[in-house]
Amino acid sequence: MNPKTIKLIIFIVILTSIVLSVYFVSMDRDSIREGIFVTSAAFLTLFIMSFLYKDNPYYKFAEHLFVGVSAAYWMTMGFWGTMMPNLVAKLWPGAVRGVLPALAEKDASYWFVIPLFLGLVLLMRLSPKGGWISRWALAFIVGTTAGLNLIRYLRSDFIAQVNNTIIPLVDKTEAGISFWGSFSNIFVFIGVLCGLIYFFFSKEHKGFFGGAARIGILVLMLTFGAGFGYTVMARISLLAGRMTYLFGDWLGLIN
Amino acid sequence: MANDEKNNRGLLDRLQFIDRRYIFIFIALAVIIPLLLGLRFEEKPSPIVLALYDKVDNMPPGSRLLMSFDYGPTTAPEIQPMVDVILRHACLRGLKVYLMAVWATGQSLTVQTVEDVLIPEFPDYEYGIDYINLGYKAGNQGLIRVIVDDMKRMYSTDANGTDIEQVPMMKQVESLKDMDLIVSFGGGFPGIKEWILFAGDPGAIPIGGACTAVSAPQLYPYYPNQMVGLLGGIKGAAEYESHVLDRYPDSFKTKPTPGMNMMVAQMVAHIVIMLFIVFGNVMYFMYRGKERKLAMEK
Repeated sequence: MNPKTIKLIIFIVILTSIVLSVYFVSMDRDSIREGIFVTSAAFLTLFIMSFLYKDNPYYKFAEHLFVGVSAAYWMTMGFWGTMMPNLVAKLWPGAVRGVLPALAEKDASYWFVIPLFLGLVLLMRLSPKGGWISRWALAFIVGTTAGLNLIRYLRSDFIAQVNNTIIPLVDKTEAGISFWGSFSNIFVFIGVLCGLIYFFFSKEHKGFFGGAARIGILVLMLTFGAGFGYTVMARISLLAGRMTYLFGDWLGLIN
Repeated sequence: MANDEKNNRGLLDRLQFIDRRYIFIFIALAVIIPLLLGLRFEEKPSPIVLALYDKVDNMPPGSRLLMSFDYGPTTAPEIQPMVDVILRHACLRGLKVYLMAVWATGQSLTVQTVEDVLIPEFPDYEYGIDYINLGYKAGNQGLIRVIVDDMKRMYSTDANGTDIEQVPMMKQVESLKDMDLIVSFGGGFPGIKEWILFAGDPGAIPIGGACTAVSAPQLYPYYPNQMVGLLGGIKGAAEYESHVLDRYPDSFKTKPTPGMNMMVAQMVAHIVIMLFIVFGNVMYFMYRGKERKLAMEK
């Protein structure tokens, strides 16, 4: 059969299925809105999953729609959730009377001219000649983020993590010595030490040092294995989630 | 004899280069069939899950629980069961629930959770008195850093645009330090790690987490010194659901347990994957043996 005819038949089948789905779901739930939304979500899921067979226009359509909707969603949320209450309402409270009446009666706070200025300056990136001005705002963002992160990461992610590793090798509980607790603590101690030795390249990995480095590799491999196992679990969960939607919310086969 | 060997080799060749779409079909069936059968198994909670459960369970009624929705629809199948079960548990214990999001996508999921779980199942819970939706604010870890000292500097209104000063349950709250527990649901950036680094540690606020399985191994090291407890992936959700069902059978026996249901599908899918790994390796070594044998004959 002509490939164009096959494509046309597939298109007609999909279109008919969508119409039938909207009709039956709407009837089932007494709501055309529900029928349209549930059907859209179900068919977009199927379009995305069709990529597993091979790349096709339906997958492309769903992918592009997702990118567009996501960008618009983030922009709208940023505008109404942050820009309006945290900037416009602070500088010109009267201007938000129609949308955020609760903030309209508050006093203006002119300090917010500084973030407004930096925000506008950041948009200069779009200008071919004045693009360099955007670096001021960017420098501010990079500087504050680096300063903020440096302290917190150093204290909570480095010093606190070192502290968490300094644990008693023998785990004593009220009932006596816990075998598995002690095993776990010893394993953490040896694992951290050997892992660090593996990444120490100033001394050749030979003899006792080489043996410790080999244990370090084993610990790293165990870590990667656990990470991979968890990743498989995550992906299967997502698949189960979509299947629950398709067979439950859409087709009504799962209670 | 020679013909048999040729046919045999052909089969091995075909199995060696099997189309991966057959594997997809097996995995899909392994997930769909247990879900359709509606099976669920009891799960024994691990200490890290039990620690978070105990924390929520031991909070006196009226204590403040902040739930941060730091995820989007892409990870909702994994995270939503954890959100639902912890929210139900918190409401059952009579906690005051503060909902917020540091992810823009989290806000719509907050609204959906309130509409699907809180309003229909806990009609006595009153907005502004027992729960509040603070909505999403941009700023990532910068936002957390600010509200750890002054909440109202960033949250002048709630998600509905109501002046925060007019909300009764916000009158006693100046900063995150007034919260008795913060639970972040997510795993990406910003997420549980940022809550620990920028709120939990500097503000001495108990932080709990419920994350995707992918991020769980990176978050375990924060337990128990920097984090109260953690639910890692759908397994964590199933353990929490099972435990809460065990402790509060009357309140939870009619409630959905998506985590427990999905764990059965997980188990079957994992068995199928393991069988494929074994099968693939056996085929590989058989194929290699045949190749060597043929090379030696030549």
